[in-house]
Amino acid sequence: MPLLSIVTFLPLVGAAFIFLARGPEEIVARNARSVALWTTTITFAVSLLIWLNFDTSTANFQFVENVDWIGAGINYHMGVDGISMLFVILTTFLMPLCILASWNAIEVRVKEYMIAFLVMETLMIGVFCALDLVVFYLFFEAGLIPMFLIIGIWGGKRRVYASFKFFLYTLLGSVLMLLAILYMYFTAGTTDIPSLMKTGLFSAEAQNWLWLAFFASFAVKMPMWPVHTWLPDAHVEAPTAGSVILAAVLLKMGGYGFLRFSLPMFPLASEHFAPFIFTLSVIAIVYTSLVALMQEDMKKLIAYSSVAHMGFVTMGIFALNTQGVEGAIFQMLSHGIVSGALFLCVGVVYDRLHTREIARYGGLASNMPKYATVFMLFTMANVGLPGTSGFVGEILSLVGAFQANTWVALIATTGVILSAAYALWLYRKVIFGELTKADLKAMLDLSPREIAIFAPLIALTLWMGIYPAPFLDVIAVSVKNLLDQHQTALAAAKAVAMAAR
Amino acid sequence: MTASTLPALAPVYPEVWLALAAMALLMLGVFQGDKSTRLVSWLAVLALAVTAVLLSMQPGAATTTFGGMFVADSFSRFSKMLVLLGSAFSIILSIGYIRTERMERFEYPVLILLSSVGMLMMVSANDLIVLYLGFELQSLALYVTAAFKRDSGRATEAGLKYFLLGALSSGMLLYGASLIYGFAGSTGFPAIAKALSGAEHASIGLVIGIVFLSAGLAFKISAVPFHMWTPDVYEGAPTPVTAFFSVAPKMATMALFVRAMLAPFSDIGADWQQIIIVISALSMILGAFAAIAQSNIKRLMAYSSIGHVGYALIGLAAGTEEGIRGVLVYLAIYLAMNVGTFACILAMRQKDQMVEGISDLAGLAKTHPGMAFLFAAFMFSMAGIPPLAGFFGKFYIFVAAINAHLYALAIIGVLTSVVGAYYYLRIVKIIYFDDAVEPLAKPVRSELGAVMAVTGLFTILYFVWPAPLLAAAQTAAKALFP
Repeated sequence: MPLLSIVTFLPLVGAAFIFLARGPEEIVARNARSVALWTTTITFAVSLLIWLNFDTSTANFQFVENVDWIGAGINYHMGVDGISMLFVILTTFLMPLCILASWNAIEVRVKEYMIAFLVMETLMIGVFCALDLVVFYLFFEAGLIPMFLIIGIWGGKRRVYASFKFFLYTLLGSVLMLLAILYMYFTAGTTDIPSLMKTGLFSAEAQNWLWLAFFASFAVKMPMWPVHTWLPDAHVEAPTAGSVILAAVLLKMGGYGFLRFSLPMFPLASEHFAPFIFTLSVIAIVYTSLVALMQEDMKKLIAYSSVAHMGFVTMGIFALNTQGVEGAIFQMLSHGIVSGALFLCVGVVYDRLHTREIARYGGLASNMPKYATVFMLFTMANVGLPGTSGFVGEILSLVGAFQANTWVALIATTGVILSAAYALWLYRKVIFGELTKADLKAMLDLSPREIAIFAPLIALTLWMGIYPAPFLDVIAVSVKNLLDQHQTALAAAKAVAMAAR
Repeated sequence: MTASTLPALAPVYPEVWLALAAMALLMLGVFQGDKSTRLVSWLAVLALAVTAVLLSMQPGAATTTFGGMFVADSFSRFSKMLVLLGSAFSIILSIGYIRTERMERFEYPVLILLSSVGMLMMVSANDLIVLYLGFELQSLALYVTAAFKRDSGRATEAGLKYFLLGALSSGMLLYGASLIYGFAGSTGFPAIAKALSGAEHASIGLVIGIVFLSAGLAFKISAVPFHMWTPDVYEGAPTPVTAFFSVAPKMATMALFVRAMLAPFSDIGADWQQIIIVISALSMILGAFAAIAQSNIKRLMAYSSIGHVGYALIGLAAGTEEGIRGVLVYLAIYLAMNVGTFACILAMRQKDQMVEGISDLAGLAKTHPGMAFLFAAFMFSMAGIPPLAGFFGKFYIFVAAINAHLYALAIIGVLTSVVGAYYYLRIVKIIYFDDAVEPLAKPVRSELGAVMAVTGLFTILYFVWPAPLLAAAQTAAKALFP
């Protein structure tokens, strides 16, 4: 049974149903909501089958499908391994929550909104399942269209600016990757990812160019300093669920890309450019944390904190050791849940007051105790408090970085302190203090729907923080294999260099 | 030897049929008057369809006739199919327009048929003289259609401008052809190729001849620096004529360009490839940047077509079988996107009046959701965003460019495609993000809707089964590399 294709294209079926819906606008909107919720829930349930049947003892790709498509070495090839599988689950897990979060927040063009979200889900799952470069690129790029529309149609005041910036920035990065893909196709005669992972296909010089081309795309997507500036704009203007998807899944495609392509296909270049990545990462961690301290908009603050957290991820990946890479993957998963939850927290008060200005809030603890508790938990997870998922990822990537370069680890650790500063500052401003403003006093605590959204996120954050083993087990073998191959490739290159001498 | 006085006609059956059909329709129109325009139009579409059937019945191998001046091979068949499709779509698009705009005269479809005959000849030309004959037949009919709306000042201006500059380009082409004849000793492509075989470089006179020939052809496909007429003529000509200009003649001239460069001059590739590289790069750059400031959709499409020609020329610059395959796939996909876009433009009416401003599209997503969806799909496709067809067009072109080591051209290509994405996105933005000031009229004419649906489905679903078109283009390209 082609399980991966089913999971990937199931949302499209739901989208088709909604597309065909006709009738009075209100009824269509109601139907669209429930069809979307059902589709995403079923997709999540089916995707759990992947996890249940996943063999954690092998680094090979599983659930592989390989069908002739364009021909001449370009096939429809799907499969997951320990690195990609959890991202698929993360995507399918968050989608029903996103639909729930948009239940009342989206009032106009509900039908189109739900279609855009379901199409987006297909494309995101496809990115993590694709085992062919062209298939990957197709999913990767096509995601721009629905996201562009989501930001542009349902976004805030400066939505047009933000959507264009998001689209053009990402496109500019990706087209260079396209050329690199074509060059690899030309050199290797195939775009099959497992075949391309075999080492020794590209010369050291070619690797450097190819690595840079892929870097252009992933660095923008990640986003890494200094090409991160689209992210705060896109986050601020996007509707709540759009921000969640952006932060939780789209950003992970960059990190996933480094792990799937840059490390195994261009090992020499990865080694060569590791110091460069370290530099950008620590700048991102420290600089964007400082910028986050100065924000007046809640979403912007969380957006900058995302950039800082992604700095930990790139640092961990290019530490090129087990702890670093495992930490990076774990950090991505954790950040997907925590930052998604934080955007949902902002969405809760935004739905009530229609402003994200931090100064407009204060003292919510007295009339919204449940909200204050939930927000507290995710703030702590964002800071990386032990017992939450954020801690595991951060500590692992810091340990990895420490082995690779002490100074990098030292500077990055100050970022942890800064993150505590801005996160707690935000929390104090919004939740504590005196409840003076009349409109704030009138705000109601979490509704049952909102509690239903947060409950699974809370459970997962704590589970990943207290007992991370099930997640790390999935990742471990694939990461070990990745690093072993990396070492082999380096040793082979060294041997060649010695022989040449 | 009486049999040899009449050349073998089998390879030219499609052209002969189409020419006869055009004349028969002319007669029909003369006797029935202008009220028969609708009938003549549909019969013209039928005539084109029969031509396509005749084409598909030709044998697979290359055949020549008229003393080798005319060649029918799989390359010409593929290109002719595109030409016929383009012409047929243009006639269908015009049916409603020429009635409501009171330019209902039966000559219009007949002129398109005659122009198509010229294009078919161009595509099959294996000799500079046939090339010129086909070229002129095509052009003369086009000049008239550009000015077909006689009482419109803009259309007349467009027609005159097109005629004057077109005559200039024909002159350049003819001058180039005469220089080539003078320095290579023949007008036949095979003979020229033979004269040049083994030569490292062409003599300077021949190079000048090639430059003039390329200039004449570049004019017709509106490649920079011979593009100046395009925005004015696109804007001034009646919209269905613009739609016709932007597809069928482009297909034919691109195919002719490919054959006229590769068949006789493949041995001196280095001499002409640099010309193509420069005009390709300039076209992409100008097409991307100049379109940003446009507010008239037809003018914007003019610059967009300049850009697209630039991409297609990358394949020719590569000069390989892969490159030509890329050109052909690109042209086929461009045909679908462009016809679809023009069907949308023709549906832009406010209260009995055609409108052409980009801002008139505001709020289309609310008033015409289906059309808005397809229009947006065409725009994303033109921008080259996967999984839409336009992406695959660019994909094969860039594959060829990388394989031919044209890295700089490929990088210019992808970067200008990002710039181009900006103005295509601007249209999507107006359609989806803005609110309508004055909504467009409803309903959309049924034949326009049908054309939109067909081309839209092709554009959106091409990725599901890309192999057949690719295989056909591959066979066609192979014919040029015996």
